[in-house]
Amino acid sequence: MKHALLLLAFALALIVSVAAFAIDPLPFKDDAQRQRFQHLTSQLRCMVCQNESLDASNADLAKDLRHQIFEMMQQGKSDAQIKQYLVARYSDFVLYDPPLKASTVALWFAPPALVIVGGIVVFVLLRKRAKPAAQIATNEMGDDW
Amino acid sequence: MIPELGQLALILALLLAALQCALPIFGAWRDHRPLMATARSLAVGQFVFVALAFGILTYAFLVQDFSVAYVAQNSNLQLPWWYRFPAVWGAHEGSLLLWVLILNVWTLAVAALGGKLPERFHARVLGVLGFVAFGFLLFSLTTSNPFARILPAPADGADLNPVLQDPGLIMHPPVLYMGYVGFSVAFAFAIAALLGGELQSAWVRWSRPWTNVAWGFLSAGIVAGSWWAYSELGWGGWWFWDPVENASFMPWLVGAALIHAQAVTDKRGGLRAWTMLLAIFAFSLSLLGTFLVRSGVLTSVHSFAADPKRGVFILGFLAVVVGGSLLLYALRAPKVAGGKPFALASRETLILIGNLMLTVAAATVLLGTLYPLVGEALNIGRISVGAPYFGFLFMLLMTPLVLALPFAPLSRWGNADLALWKRAGLRIVGLSILSGIIGWVLGARDFLPLLGVTAATYVLSGTAIYAIKRWKEAPRGKRYPLEMFGMLCAHAGVGVFIAGAILTRSLSIEQDVALSPGQTAHVGVYDFKFDGVAETQGPNWLAQQGTVDVSKNGETIVTLYPQKRTYPRGQVQTEASIHPGVFRDLYVSLGDPLGDGDWALRVYDKPFVRWIWAGGLLMMLGGFCAAADKRFRMRREATALEVSGATATTRIEVVEQNA
Amino acid sequence: MKVRLIPFAVFALLVVLFGVGIVWNEHHDPNYVPSPLIGKAAPAFDLPKLDDPAQRVRKADLLGKAYLINVFASWCFACGDEHPVLMEYANKFGVPLIGYDYKDKPVDAKAWLARHGNPYSQVITDESGATAIDFGVYGAPETFLVDARGVIRYKHIGPLTAEVIAQELEPAIRAAQGAMR
Repeated sequence: MKHALLLLAFALALIVSVAAFAIDPLPFKDDAQRQRFQHLTSQLRCMVCQNESLDASNADLAKDLRHQIFEMMQQGKSDAQIKQYLVARYSDFVLYDPPLKASTVALWFAPPALVIVGGIVVFVLLRKRAKPAAQIATNEMGDDW
Repeated sequence: MIPELGQLALILALLLAALQCALPIFGAWRDHRPLMATARSLAVGQFVFVALAFGILTYAFLVQDFSVAYVAQNSNLQLPWWYRFPAVWGAHEGSLLLWVLILNVWTLAVAALGGKLPERFHARVLGVLGFVAFGFLLFSLTTSNPFARILPAPADGADLNPVLQDPGLIMHPPVLYMGYVGFSVAFAFAIAALLGGELQSAWVRWSRPWTNVAWGFLSAGIVAGSWWAYSELGWGGWWFWDPVENASFMPWLVGAALIHAQAVTDKRGGLRAWTMLLAIFAFSLSLLGTFLVRSGVLTSVHSFAADPKRGVFILGFLAVVVGGSLLLYALRAPKVAGGKPFALASRETLILIGNLMLTVAAATVLLGTLYPLVGEALNIGRISVGAPYFGFLFMLLMTPLVLALPFAPLSRWGNADLALWKRAGLRIVGLSILSGIIGWVLGARDFLPLLGVTAATYVLSGTAIYAIKRWKEAPRGKRYPLEMFGMLCAHAGVGVFIAGAILTRSLSIEQDVALSPGQTAHVGVYDFKFDGVAETQGPNWLAQQGTVDVSKNGETIVTLYPQKRTYPRGQVQTEASIHPGVFRDLYVSLGDPLGDGDWALRVYDKPFVRWIWAGGLLMMLGGFCAAADKRFRMRREATALEVSGATATTRIEVVEQNA
Repeated sequence: MKVRLIPFAVFALLVVLFGVGIVWNEHHDPNYVPSPLIGKAAPAFDLPKLDDPAQRVRKADLLGKAYLINVFASWCFACGDEHPVLMEYANKFGVPLIGYDYKDKPVDAKAWLARHGNPYSQVITDESGATAIDFGVYGAPETFLVDARGVIRYKHIGPLTAEVIAQELEPAIRAAQGAMR
């Protein structure tokens, strides 16, 4: 299949390898709907590709799903309903924005935890080391480049 | 016969690398000068043989020697000669050889320019670099030999992936590797300091220009890759948070932290252990990137075909190099806090906060990149982590950094002038609000574009206020030493980048349209008139070429010619056509015929997209300028003085006086 | 001293993770994503038969007995690899094997089955692939085991092999049938 070809691609190349990105004109109602569609499909993962969004992928299934999403938008379905529809069929794997669950607690909370722990370390360090401004010798006041 | 010579050269280089690691380090341990002195000639010898091997592989591409498997896989008879050079590094084996060659270039530079370093230290640095080269040469020879033959030789090769047949390929990998591999120098300095039990921080002063240059190259390499993807793929994006992109971004973030931490250690003597750790991290993340890209453990758009043998080898090498370094750090890093005193409100504090945010950002990118793997390993289901996650957390983490950024230069070492903070802060905030109002008047109504304008103004005006203050206060000729000029460039680059990233994201218009010849699409304020498709031919491709007239209010701006090329093996490659501009790019890419003479086209109006890369290039310039500062040269003279017997403490004072 | 060991400890964990990753990748298809549909009712479908498009097959028609659905297509390389296995095992499963012709022209599918043999008790066609989305199909061949109540009990993605059949599919079939008795 097409994605086997993708394996040939280059290494440290930034973003490569899909010979052609999907160009798929759809009859949107207005600009707002088109933007909503682009935003939503760029947050969803193409199942059969190496690591591409539905928005970008040229794969057959991605095209089918884009059209399905377009139809659902015409029916007035919300973004959340559309995501739910896809998750029910393909699992959370389709979401580039992983939902907060037991299995993703570490993913979402480790960064703030690191900021807090790091912040405490920095704070303690400053408490210990920083001196009152008056005690800093005047000859050290230069810009010192 | 000639390719076998290339292989022989690699084997000899491997032996020399082993000696370059063993002899100088042993010599430094035993204080044996002749042994230490071998380091330089061994480094030169290794470079000669690796360059020879690289030259032979290039030659095999030029003369189309398809009996070499690597050439047969990545070239063919119709490949134009100018793409046969970059084809050398178009796939795993050759790009690994490029990696080693660039490591040798750095080693050679250290051997040549480091003559004024203390002898034992210099020997250890070259020894560590020799060890890294040894690992990669062994990797190349055992799992990824670029000179392996296929017999009988095929009459024609496969092809270089069409995506790579682009000027971007000539630039991007070598520049990126210069950055990646350049961190090996700061790493080697740190390890040499640990090995020698250097309790003082002199090594930091010596390694600063190297770190700055490597980081500058890495910035440029990332910019080149982003620009290449943008212009080549008809995708219009410039960053996807793919694992392979993240692999280059993590060392960049840590490198930025390292540059600032080194400044603190160099000038104030503080953060010694932390600087050492960051130097180890930056290069470790470069190695980790190599592992992620070449082992196939992660799914990426552009990793090499997975080969578990390679994965196991690099993982082993990673474990030895990084594990060994971190263990050495745990055992020998300086334990006594040192450095000159500083107040809570000081440049030291702000740099510390910046370091915290940059390090946490790098850790977040690492976590998000590896989390899908954790999910698999613990069997808790497969998940995807992509742009929404990274973009959201990165914005949050960078906010305090951006807010603090203009104030760090305005703060003195040791003790900041609070009245100055207040004065400058009011001006910066005032100017930012003013820019927001101007943006509003010009028609921006959404939150995001207004945020982009104000945030960019915040950073740029803060940087400008410092530049003006300096202009007024410092004597002529001493206003902007190169190191400071570099800082100003890099900080301005951050502002320009913010403007580009946020405005492109919020103001871009992207539309897929179906047009028949003669029809016009209205996108934003522009009219794109499609004049049909004609066939055209290149050196090794046939293309369908569309003609699109772009006009605004009836005035023609440019005619764009997007192509859809077909290469010899039937690979199809879109070639977007772009009208670049300072304030906006107009961009058309050609899709498929839709029947009845209609064609699918993708049309973009991308405001400020060039600012993203301009910002990155300013950061690069900043790194290079700072490294070129006279100070660092004077410091080497001071070093010579210190070797002649000055004690460690007087050493620092000598330097301070010189500066 | 102990604090200084934290970076090393974190790195050691990473190395273990990567080691597991390498081993895992050798034994698992990186494109395999477990289906959320297992244990849930199979989606309702109403599809034409390949050999007589006027006749339709509905999910309701198949209730009361377990069955296998094998998603294939004439354009699918891996289906060609799988085909001999199906030819050998079709009669040994103990449940009907229904072919699901996925995004394929009926002419091509008929020719393909005529050339390679037809292991299926009946073949339904989904030329647009719309129903396949409900089944979460993303790469042919795929095989679903549906029990007598219409619940999906097992799904295999990729070609069935004798090994997969012996170790996974047959036990799943026995379990599905056992649960009914």
